[in-house]
Amino acid sequence: MTLTALAALVPLLPFLGAAAGLLLGRRAPGFVRPLAVLPTATSFVLAAVVAARQGTGDPTDAAHKLADTGSAPIYLALHLDGFAVLIAVLVGLVATCVQLYSTAYLRDDPRYPSYAALVSLFTAAMFLVVYSGDLMVLLVGWEIMGICSYFLVGHYWETETARSASIKAFLVTKLGDVPFLIGVFALAADAGTFRINGILTAATHGQLHHPTVIALLLLAGVAGKSAQFPLHTWLPDAMAGPTPVSALIHAATMVAAGIYLVARLLPVFTASAAALAVLAAMAAVTMIGSGLAALAQDDIKRVLAYSTIGQLGYMAAALAVGDRDAAVFHLLSHGAFKALLFLGAGVVIHAAGTNSLTTMSRTGSLAKRVPDAMWTMGIALAALAALPPLSGFFSKESVLRAAEHASAGDTAHVPQAVGWTVFVAGLAAAVLTAGYATRLFLLAFRGSGPDAPDHGRQPVVMTSVLWVLAVPTIAFGGLAYRELPDWFGGAPLGPTLLTSVLGTGLALVGVLITYGAWKAVAATRLAVPAGAVVTAEGDADAEPALVEAEAIATHEEVYGDIAAADDPGDPGRLLLGRLHRHAAHGFHLDALYGALFVRPVLAAAQLVRFLDRDVIETYVRGAGGAPRLLGAAVRKAQTGNIQTYLSALLAGAVVLAVLVAVGG
Amino acid sequence: MHLAYPAVLAVLLFCVGVYGVLARRNAILVLMSVELMLNAVNLNLVAFDVWLRDVVHSGQALTLFTITIAAAEIGLGLAIVLLVYRNRGSSDVDRLTDLAEPPEHGAPGHGDGTASGAGAADGTAADQNAEATA
Repeated sequence: MTLTALAALVPLLPFLGAAAGLLLGRRAPGFVRPLAVLPTATSFVLAAVVAARQGTGDPTDAAHKLADTGSAPIYLALHLDGFAVLIAVLVGLVATCVQLYSTAYLRDDPRYPSYAALVSLFTAAMFLVVYSGDLMVLLVGWEIMGICSYFLVGHYWETETARSASIKAFLVTKLGDVPFLIGVFALAADAGTFRINGILTAATHGQLHHPTVIALLLLAGVAGKSAQFPLHTWLPDAMAGPTPVSALIHAATMVAAGIYLVARLLPVFTASAAALAVLAAMAAVTMIGSGLAALAQDDIKRVLAYSTIGQLGYMAAALAVGDRDAAVFHLLSHGAFKALLFLGAGVVIHAAGTNSLTTMSRTGSLAKRVPDAMWTMGIALAALAALPPLSGFFSKESVLRAAEHASAGDTAHVPQAVGWTVFVAGLAAAVLTAGYATRLFLLAFRGSGPDAPDHGRQPVVMTSVLWVLAVPTIAFGGLAYRELPDWFGGAPLGPTLLTSVLGTGLALVGVLITYGAWKAVAATRLAVPAGAVVTAEGDADAEPALVEAEAIATHEEVYGDIAAADDPGDPGRLLLGRLHRHAAHGFHLDALYGALFVRPVLAAAQLVRFLDRDVIETYVRGAGGAPRLLGAAVRKAQTGNIQTYLSALLAGAVVLAVLVAVGG
Repeated sequence: MHLAYPAVLAVLLFCVGVYGVLARRNAILVLMSVELMLNAVNLNLVAFDVWLRDVVHSGQALTLFTITIAAAEIGLGLAIVLLVYRNRGSSDVDRLTDLAEPPEHGAPGHGDGTASGAGAADGTAADQNAEATA
């Protein structure tokens, strides 16, 4: 088959799998698992074949005109280059792992068929976004991902948390998508085409008339999708969905779509220094804020969610200094280890029967019970903290290198101040990242105290997936940093001495400080008992997802808050001091949005309700009520006696006759 | 003969008929009163036909029509009255009030659906009673 046909099959297969899964899910339960796993796995293999055949050659383009719009026609276009094929391989790998993991994690879930179909549909949409060479087609995939995310976050829609989280995720991302859509139209109007190649040509030749406006509008959509400040608030709440969903959507793929889009359209953004400055400021605030917030979270998945936000901040920062190679490099390595972290967190939550770090730190046997999760998560956390020689080290170094390069004023189009902002924020975030990674590991796996209730052996398929993902986590960065510039056609990505020393040194500082704080509060931790082990004695055969759902639902009851726990034995509390309370609640951004937007909207809704119910409805009721009363009065005359009627008729006739006689 | 005599006679006949229709309770007497009114009209038609010296005598022709139709009408009417009497055991006009809306039992404003439903139920019950007595 030709390369184009192979590439077209990659998004098509999961899509057909999703359609078949949705149609057959009820009638043929035996086919659901193969229909979920096989198309995705085949797509992964095909994506790898496409990547191998595309290789480092010139970009491959293929297009079929889909619709004539009068101005810029819409093409069903494929664009394969180093970025696209490598990200597609990552998406395929993570999606396959997640589908495999889900077969065990949600094995008894009654909604598994629709869940698996939605994950497949999501995968197809992500492939479409990655391969598409036309902004309109890309937008289709972009929105399908949004709606899939809504459904999957709300998988446990019986709980209030999941319902509101899914609505919040949908609304916040849509808030970004509306300006994004306008931006896409403005871009197409300026460039005269929706084809990305055409847009890039126009941008490099300076034919865009309003680069700043367009870039800022697009940035709104990117901030929503990639969970950048100030539209990041949906991501921590989205952890109410099942863990595999968090791993696939909210760590490795969907949130990466925004970064990928900016990477594809980078010349549009470099055309405007203002847009780069905004992107840099956004990334800097995101990196540091999310690092602080992650240090204060109690829910293990919320720690990871904030860490995702922070790492996406790194990618945005790399884009702000005009280096998309570094951004995509970090995207690739982060996708692997963050998916691993989430899937590992799912195993840990199942084994511990709780999602609360406070409780885990009082549980003794967790490390012995889930050794696979401990080792793989340890590796992934080290990669997250960017310790050499793991993949996170190389990718983060490439970002820092680009920032350092820009701060020296050596990058064209990028103001020096942007470089400095990104560089300093990146270094500060490196300390924080190492800090919360260490805190997570110590609290989860180095706890001491009574054993948690036994939830049985972890399913083999779940633990083996962890080891599969551990391979790229360990090796990808080190093996790839020499090769990737050929694929991306850009500058070298290897670590430089200055940034390696600075980055690794700061990461080690973060690790050591957190370790010290953990040691320092060890006595307190032993003295103060945990609030409660959230789930009761579960029976060993309960499916893992149930344990998680129950843990999320009871966390608020036990600790009085969904995000934070009142634990004096938490090293994060010692490190953050007074800041802890604010950081635990995401610096009260949700409360601020609540006061600024939610309450006025609710008040307006109340007003409309009042106007509708009490004002308009009154007229309607009156219009019905008056004839009704009249009718009741007239009905009194209806006696059923014909002679009465006739008398009235006669009287009327006489009156009329008299009137005619007199008047005529 | 002067026109006044037949005209006054017609007026008297008509008034008697109106009184009978409006005041009599027996359905047969009501029908008879209707006949009186028709005949008052017939009398007028004939009288004015003569007075106007109509060449084609359209008044008299119309009178013949009226008499024919009145015969048919009284035939039908009597049949109906007979059936009513067989069904109900009475032919009193002022007791044949089934088509009137029955007095409301429940709270007012409960909707027309229930009221008409109840009315229909009452009607059928009354019919059954009437049949039983007949």
